Amino acid sequence: MNTSFLRVSVWVYLAIFFAYLLGPLVIMSVTAFNSSEFPRATPWECLTFDWFSALFQDQRILNGIKNSLIIGLGTVVLSVAMGLAGALMLTQIWPKLRATYYTIIIAPILIPGVVLGISTLVFWDRINRFLGLGADSFLSNGIFLTVIGQSTFIASYCMLVLVARLQRYDVALTEAALDLGATHAQAFRKILLPFMRPAIASAAVLAFLASFENYNTTTFTFGEYPTLTIELAQKVRYGITPAISALAFIIVVLTVFFALLNEAGIKRKEVVAAARRQATVGEMTGKVRLPGFFTGNAAAVVLVVFAIATISVVGTATVYSPAQCIADVKEQKRLEAEKRIQELRKKREEQRKQREAEQAEQGEAQQSAPKPSNNSGFGNVFAPNTLSGEGEDDAPETDTDEQPSGGNGGFGGAFDPNSLQSPSD
Amino acid sequence: MSAGVGVDLENLWIRFGDFVAVRDANVNINGGDFFSFLGPSGCGKTTILRAVSGFLEPSEGNVLIGGNNMKGIGPNKRPTALIFQNLALFPLMKVWENITFSMEIKGASSAERRKRADELLDMIALPDQGDKLPSELSGGQRQRVAIARALCAEPDVLLLDEPLSALDLKLRQHMRTELREIQKRVGITFIYITHDQGEALTMSDDIAVMRAGVIDQIADGKTIYNDPSTAFAASFVGENNVFRGKVKQVMGSEALITTNRSGDLVARISTANQGKMKEGDEAMMFIRPEAFAIAPDGATGDHFVTASVTHEEFEGNVFNIFTEGEGGKEIKVSIPNLGQSFESHTGQAITLEYETRNAVIVPAGELAAE
Ligand SMILES: Nc1ncnc2c1ncn2[C@@H]1O[C@H](COP(=O)(O)OP(=O)(O)OP(=O)(O)O)[C@@H](O)[C@H]1O
Ligand SMILES: [Mg+2]
Repeated sequence: MNTSFLRVSVWVYLAIFFAYLLGPLVIMSVTAFNSSEFPRATPWECLTFDWFSALFQDQRILNGIKNSLIIGLGTVVLSVAMGLAGALMLTQIWPKLRATYYTIIIAPILIPGVVLGISTLVFWDRINRFLGLGADSFLSNGIFLTVIGQSTFIASYCMLVLVARLQRYDVALTEAALDLGATHAQAFRKILLPFMRPAIASAAVLAFLASFENYNTTTFTFGEYPTLTIELAQKVRYGITPAISALAFIIVVLTVFFALLNEAGIKRKEVVAAARRQATVGEMTGKVRLPGFFTGNAAAVVLVVFAIATISVVGTATVYSPAQCIADVKEQKRLEAEKRIQELRKKREEQRKQREAEQAEQGEAQQSAPKPSNNSGFGNVFAPNTLSGEGEDDAPETDTDEQPSGGNGGFGGAFDPNSLQSPSD
Repeated sequence: MSAGVGVDLENLWIRFGDFVAVRDANVNINGGDFFSFLGPSGCGKTTILRAVSGFLEPSEGNVLIGGNNMKGIGPNKRPTALIFQNLALFPLMKVWENITFSMEIKGASSAERRKRADELLDMIALPDQGDKLPSELSGGQRQRVAIARALCAEPDVLLLDEPLSALDLKLRQHMRTELREIQKRVGITFIYITHDQGEALTMSDDIAVMRAGVIDQIADGKTIYNDPSTAFAASFVGENNVFRGKVKQVMGSEALITTNRSGDLVARISTANQGKMKEGDEAMMFIRPEAFAIAPDGATGDHFVTASVTHEEFEGNVFNIFTEGEGGKEIKVSIPNLGQSFESHTGQAITLEYETRNAVIVPAGELAAE
C-alpha cells in the first residue's frame, strides 16, 4: 500500500469524522438564517435575522437563560468550593483511607443524574418538613434545590480537576511561608490559592458548562425556576421554530470565540516567556520589550478575523431587511398555490369530461348500479387525501381512478381521521 | 558582632511510629556559630532541623532557642528561618517578592519591600535581578535568593538543609566561601546540614557527626579529623585506613594493638576514649593515607607496616599508592607531590612508617559505608 493512498484515506476519515461532529451544528446554524417557519436549511427561502429578534422577544427563553445563569453561578461557587475542600482533604487524609475516600467522593459522577435529582428533592423535602418550614421556604426554592442537586456531582468533577493540580504542589512552599512568619490562612491565600488559580478557573468553567447543559437532575428540582434546557425541552413538545436555531448559533459563536481567546492567550504567554528567557540581564533591567500580541500567534489572528466577521454580520443585520424577499417568497408561494389549484381544476374538469364520455358510451345499463367511487366518501375535492393524490401525478395510488376508496386512504393519509371512517361508508 | 542566639537540644528523641529517627540528642550550639550536622543520607539530619524550626514536635526532650523552650510554639513564631533542601522558592512570585515575603506578611508597603529587596540583592551579588521569576535564574542564583529570602525575615538562627547539594562542584565550592562570608557579616547562628564532609570541615566552627539517629561526636573540624571518637566518625570524615585487632597493652595515652593481619602496632588512644579502653578490648586503629611515609627497606618495629604495591594513581597534588599488606590487607598511601621524582612499580615491596600521634585507636564499631 503506498503512502499517498494512506494519506488520502486519513484525510477522508478526518473529513467524515468532523462532518459527523460538526455537521449537525452547521445545519442548525444555517437554519437560523432561513425565513422558513420550520427550522430547515432547504429549501432556502430568504436570508433573515428575524429569528434572533424573535428569540430575544421570547420571554420564556429569556427567563430560562436568566435562571440558567443564576443557577450556573451558584453551582460554580458551591462546586468549586466543595471540590477544593475535597481535594485538599484528599492530600491531608491518612494514606490508608485515601483510596476509600476517593471512591466515595467520585461516586456521584457514576450515579445517574435522575437519581440525584429525585434524591435531592426527597432529602431536602424531608429536612424542610423536619424543620417545620412551609412549602414556600428557602429549602424548597427551585434555585436552591437545583444548585444543591447539580453540585452533588459537579463538585466531584471540580475535585478531579483540582486534585490533578494539587498533586504537583510542593508542600514545602506552604512550610516556607509559615517559616517566614505567615499564618496558615496567609499561606493558603498567598501561596496555595495563586498556585491553584488556573485549575480553579478550569474547574469553574467546567462547572458552569455542566450546570448550564444539565437536564436530568434539574428536571426534578427546578420548581418555579425552569432553566434554559428545561424550557427548550418543553418547547419541543409544541413544535420548534428557528428561534432555537438562533440560540444554538449564538452559543456556537460564543464557544468558538472563547476557545480562540483562550488559545491566543496561551500563545501569547508562551511568546512572552520565551522572550524573557532570551533577554539578557541588561534587557531585564531596562524592562523587556514585550512582543506584540500577534507575533507568531495564529490563534490571535483568527480571533480578530472572527471578531471582525461577527461585527460586520451584526452590522448588516441591523440595516438588512428581508421584508422584500419575504414578500416575494410569499407572492411566489401564492402564485404556486394558485397554479396548483388551477391545474387541479383543469384536471377535475378533464376527468369529469372523460367520465361523462365513458358513461355515455357504456349506456344506461350501468346507470342503476354505479361502481363505488372514491368520491362517495368525500364529497369535498379539497380533502387532504384527494389533494395530494391528484396533485402528484406520478404517485402510484392515483394511477387509475378505479382504486377502491379504502386503498386511497391507506396510502395517502393513513392517519387522517377521514380515511379511518371510509371503510364504514 | 552580637553574641547571637544559641540553640540547645536536650535529650531530644524523635520517633515516627516505632522508628527512632533521632535518639537522645544533646547539643549546645553557641550563638553566632556556624554549626554543621554531618552524616550520611537518612541519618536524621533533616528531622533535627525540622524539630528546631518547629515543623515537628519532638517525641521527648526539648529544643531551646536563646534559652527559651520552644515547646508548643509554631514555626511562624520561632526566630528561625529555614532554607529548604529544594529551596522552595515561590514559583509564581518575582525574585524581589520572594525575598520580601516575610515583610509582606507584616504588611510592609511595596516601596519598602522593593528597597529592602534591592539591598539584599546587592548583598548576594544579584543586583537588578529582582524582576525575574525564580525559574529564570540559574541554580546558584536561586540558592542565593533563598538565602536572601531567609535573611530578610531577620531570624536569630538560620537553618540550612543541604542547600548546596543540587549545585555543580565549582559552584558548590564557590558558595561555601560565600556562605561563610555571609554568616560572618550578619553574625547570626547558622545551623548547616550536609552529608559532604568537605563542606562541613571548610565552613563550620563546630560539627556534629551523626549516624542513624545518634550523634557520635561534636567537635570542631580539626578535632573530628584528627581525633575521632568513634569508628564511624573516623571512617566517615576523610579517608582512613582501618586496622582491626585487640588491645594488647595500654600505656597511658597510647596502646599496643595486635592487629588481625599486620602484627603488633602502637597508636594513640583517641581523647574521648582515654581511660576507657583496657587489654583484650576489640579495637580499631585508623591511619590516614597521608600519615604514612615510605621507610628505608628492612625497618621493623611497632610503627612500621610492610606491603607490596598493587597500583598507583597520580592525582596532581598527591601520588596515591595502593598497596597490599600481609594477608591481602589493602592500604592506601598518599605521598605529597613536591616535585620529587617518585617511582613505584607493581609488586614492589615497601615499608610504611607512621608517627604514633597520627594513628588513633577507637573501640571497634560500625564503619561508614564506602
Ligand atoms: N514523616 C516521616 N515518617 C516516617 N519516617 C520518616 C519521616 N521523615 C523522616 N523519616 C525517616 O527518618 C529518617 C531520617 O530522615 P531525614 O529526612 O532526617 O534524613 P536526612 O538525614 O535528612 O537524609 P538526607 O541526607 O537524605 O536528606 C529516615 O530513615 C526517614 O525514612
Ligand atoms: Mg535531609
